[in-house]
Amino acid sequence: MQLLIEQILNGLAMGSIYAIITLGLALVYGVMRILHVAHASVYTFGAYAGVFIFQATGSLALAFLGSMLLCAILGVLIERLVYFPLLKFPPYVPLIASIAVMLTIEELCRLIAGPQILTFSAKLPFPDLDVAGVHLSSTLIAIYVITAAILLLLWYLINRTELGLAMRATSQDMAIAGAQGINSHYIVSLTFVIGSAIAAIGGILVGIYYNQVYPTMGAVPAYKTLALIVVGGMGSVAGAVIAALMLGLAETLLIGYLNVPFPRDALAFVAMIGVLVWRSEGLLGSR
Amino acid sequence: MSSYAITILTLIVIQAIVVCGLNVIVGYAGQISLGHAAFFGIGAYSAALLSTRGGLSFWIALPLVLIISALTGLLLGLPSLRLKHDFLAITTIGINFIVQAIFLYVPFFGGALGISGIPRIQVFGEALKGAHFLYLCLFFLGVVMAICWLFTRVFAGLACFALREEEAAATSMGISPVRFKLLAFMLGTVFAGLGGALYAHYMRFVSADDFSFPLSVSFLAMLVLGGMGSLLGPLVGALILGALPELFRPLAEFRILFYALMLLLMIRFQPGGILGESSLIRKRLFPLFLRRQP
Repeated sequence: MQLLIEQILNGLAMGSIYAIITLGLALVYGVMRILHVAHASVYTFGAYAGVFIFQATGSLALAFLGSMLLCAILGVLIERLVYFPLLKFPPYVPLIASIAVMLTIEELCRLIAGPQILTFSAKLPFPDLDVAGVHLSSTLIAIYVITAAILLLLWYLINRTELGLAMRATSQDMAIAGAQGINSHYIVSLTFVIGSAIAAIGGILVGIYYNQVYPTMGAVPAYKTLALIVVGGMGSVAGAVIAALMLGLAETLLIGYLNVPFPRDALAFVAMIGVLVWRSEGLLGSR
Repeated sequence: MSSYAITILTLIVIQAIVVCGLNVIVGYAGQISLGHAAFFGIGAYSAALLSTRGGLSFWIALPLVLIISALTGLLLGLPSLRLKHDFLAITTIGINFIVQAIFLYVPFFGGALGISGIPRIQVFGEALKGAHFLYLCLFFLGVVMAICWLFTRVFAGLACFALREEEAAATSMGISPVRFKLLAFMLGTVFAGLGGALYAHYMRFVSADDFSFPLSVSFLAMLVLGGMGSLLGPLVGALILGALPELFRPLAEFRILFYALMLLLMIRFQPGGILGESSLIRKRLFPLFLRRQP
């Protein structure tokens, strides 16, 4: 019983991390209709930036802020230099460009920081808790709290502010939004800033959670998150978050707890094919 | 030719055959596929199993491999009837991951150890290797390209072009999307299966890692760079992307970075491909040679 509860808590943490990474992808797909595979390499870059700033300054707050800033700049550079000029081409062109960007960033990380696994032994400023015999480490609590905070902030931003209204308008129709006086290219760039900064947080949290940072840490999330945005409903941020949490739980419980002999990384795609067959608009998507 | 050059060329020719298949699906019928490595793998694994456990010779196994490939192509082409664009792209990525997982986890396919001890191809009682194997691959590439050329001239090919350009209009002209999309998928996977069979008999060892998703990406990258829908595009793309890592070998550990950057620059500035309709080569170079006499 205790093991089950601990596995559920771990699964929720996995799911939260998937949710943080998938958020950026869903946001970008919403405004640009581009499968931003390179988002996972922004997350890797964020983890590296966090490690180096933390080692140089010893301050976790500076590591988070610096890494978010650097990732935001990287995200905007990708959008301005690669995606925006390719918008007029069929969708596979930006997709291949995105994969090339991902390879490039991964290689740069590997060449600069070396191929070895870096350790990220930082303690997040959250208490360890023992509730009814179940131990909750500070890292787990940090992951829950930070994810919840990001989701709340993002929900408020998108649904309750003028900026969010402009973002929603841009994602519905970029040209019409522009005609209404919204600077839609600015909104697109801003979406990349938000998504990439969130990816930086995800990178640092994963780095601390597993105490390791390495060049290919983004490889598996890169494609799993694609399946997640399909399951959630293309461009639906809420759907993507629910799908991410469910996947985290399912992976941990089915494979970690019940020992179902099934490849962990293929589960997301099996779920995706199920969704496409039974409900092709996704969990929260609309036709 | 050194044996090093022959090895590289053989692999490039095998990849060109597979990319020709992808060209039928993506270039001719307009259906995006990012799981072509899975079809390549299905061909390689069926050839490997038929020749090791089945004990069949390559020439008897080949028709069976092609039939298996065609049937899986038919099955895995079904999603293309319901899904479009990004959805189809992600679904085919998923198919790649699932097929690879099946190779890795089902003991029948050798699991993590793969299948080894695949015999060489025999021609007139002699085992083919080195340059002779390259000639065999070139022969098959010629056959594949001839079929592709023929395909662009017959009704089925024209129907696929019509579906690619405007599905609704083509359907209203009486062209069945079901029939011709599935036909394109079948033809494409048969070529991939052929490439896979050649690969299995050349490497004489297959494992699940040989058919992972990044390979699908490099197949699609070859096609896009060479020029989708053109006859020679797959060949040009396979030559360039197949040779680049070898040419960059002196750069040692910067090799993959340069490869990624070249790919990025080419797709960013020549998204139509090197032989595509609006490429520099077509606009600047072709007129020099093709100027008509007044």
